[in-house]
Amino acid sequence: MSVMVDIRSVHKSFGSLGVLRGVDLQVRAGEVTVVLGPSGSGKSTLLRTINHLEKVDRGTISVDGALMGYRRAGDKLYELPEREVLRQRTRIGFVFQGFNLFPHLTVLDNVIEAPLSALRRPRAQVVESAHRLLERVGLGDKAGAYPRQLSGGQQQRVAIARALALEPRLLLFDEPTSALDPELVGEVLDVIRDLAARGTTMIVVTHEIAFAREVADTVVFMAEGRIVEQGTPEEVLGAPREERTRAFLAKVL
Amino acid sequence: MSSDTLAKIPAASEIPEPADVPRIVPQRRYGQWAAAVVVLALLGFAVNSVLRNRAFQWDVVADHFTSDSVLRGLWLTLWLTAVVMVLGFALGTLLAAFRLSANPVLRAVGRGYVWLFRSIPILVQLLLWFNIGALYPQVFGVRTVNLLSPVAVAIIGLTLHEAAYAAEVVRGGILSVDRGQIEAAQALGLSRWRRWRRIVLPQAMRAIVPPAGNMLIGTLKGTSIVSVIAVDDLLFSTQLIYHRTYQVIPLLMVATLWYAVVTSLLGIGQHYVEKHYARGTENAR
Repeated sequence: MSVMVDIRSVHKSFGSLGVLRGVDLQVRAGEVTVVLGPSGSGKSTLLRTINHLEKVDRGTISVDGALMGYRRAGDKLYELPEREVLRQRTRIGFVFQGFNLFPHLTVLDNVIEAPLSALRRPRAQVVESAHRLLERVGLGDKAGAYPRQLSGGQQQRVAIARALALEPRLLLFDEPTSALDPELVGEVLDVIRDLAARGTTMIVVTHEIAFAREVADTVVFMAEGRIVEQGTPEEVLGAPREERTRAFLAKVL
Repeated sequence: MSSDTLAKIPAASEIPEPADVPRIVPQRRYGQWAAAVVVLALLGFAVNSVLRNRAFQWDVVADHFTSDSVLRGLWLTLWLTAVVMVLGFALGTLLAAFRLSANPVLRAVGRGYVWLFRSIPILVQLLLWFNIGALYPQVFGVRTVNLLSPVAVAIIGLTLHEAAYAAEVVRGGILSVDRGQIEAAQALGLSRWRRWRRIVLPQAMRAIVPPAGNMLIGTLKGTSIVSVIAVDDLLFSTQLIYHRTYQVIPLLMVATLWYAVVTSLLGIGQHYVEKHYARGTENAR
């Protein structure tokens, strides 16, 4: 299968704090990669560098063959103008820990905003597919509601529908269930599970080990800005080779 | 819950009250009653003295309240307020964008402007613009004295003053919008203009409208300062009358009542604007 995401020796510091210290990762099209690791391991930052919400200090990230945020000429990388970066981002869906729905817009307006203004699709078509997407995440009757009128789990499902409205080649999830009450986690994971079954390429940063074991094709364990171990769920979760992975799993399981 | 489960729950009145549940007796608030009586007495005394005092000459007030020159002055006050608000907030929004810019030069210019025009008293600024001819006798070959009418001086001075405060109001509103909102809009590929227009501004307005309404009312009354440079606004047109007739107090009452009427109407308008921008918040409906 072809490589959808190609991350090569990515470094990123916030001031003197090295958050990513040489990360290499390949994600194949159609696969689900779950990134685990203790807080501060750099997993969220890594996810944010993939759609260029965070600029890298060194290294390259390609998505679907396109270098993110830069144009390469010889041995130099030139920053792309914002317009180009925005166009690249429309091929990548991003789901935030805190949902980040637009509170002043209805659920429907949240979902159609990007395809309308960023992709300039005709309104009728966008509205129709938005209703289909809301149906798919089980919120067909909530199109006219405002985000505040929904539960956290419903809001996150709207956020997923909003990300899907761009028909992205890749979906990134940044701890999608961490802000939810325990009884609402299941409904969001169900939606992600359904996407996985349809062959959507996804990278999911999460603390849900059971979900990783069930859905992931590849589990990546990060610590201190590096990838410590990666492999199938059976390998990484069932028989971890690294001491740090074992220590982490012992704490969260 | 289905209706038959509801039916099984007895109404509160049907539940037998155990005999030994003690009754709650609210505390008697004698202090509150006493305070209310004192305040109402003082208020009644003040209203009575105003109505009984013949020096207010309420008949003269009535005579001039809708006279042509007063209405002309009112009209000038209204459009001057509108022009100053619109231009002041346009410039203020630009300055807020400067202050929030990634460019350190623009940030410094924005900060410097706000510092300068908040430091100069508006009266001093108006007098400076009024006497600009002393500093720059000629601009592009035209004599400055002929270039700037008193009304133009009023617009320039009040707008520059207004913009410094508007910049802070707008900046505060923009900063009140959650950072995650902008990130979400960026992640969705929305253009810079669209992010500003569709995501940031509508949410910032919730924090901008109350202080802006306050500024609008302040500006309405603040325009009365232009009477010192002989712009015939509401206050100056009543002054012109009492300089002739010596009925100072009743004519000041005419101006006061008009300011109060317009301020009340603006307050009502603000209520509806706030309601509009409260969409999707707990204050909606």
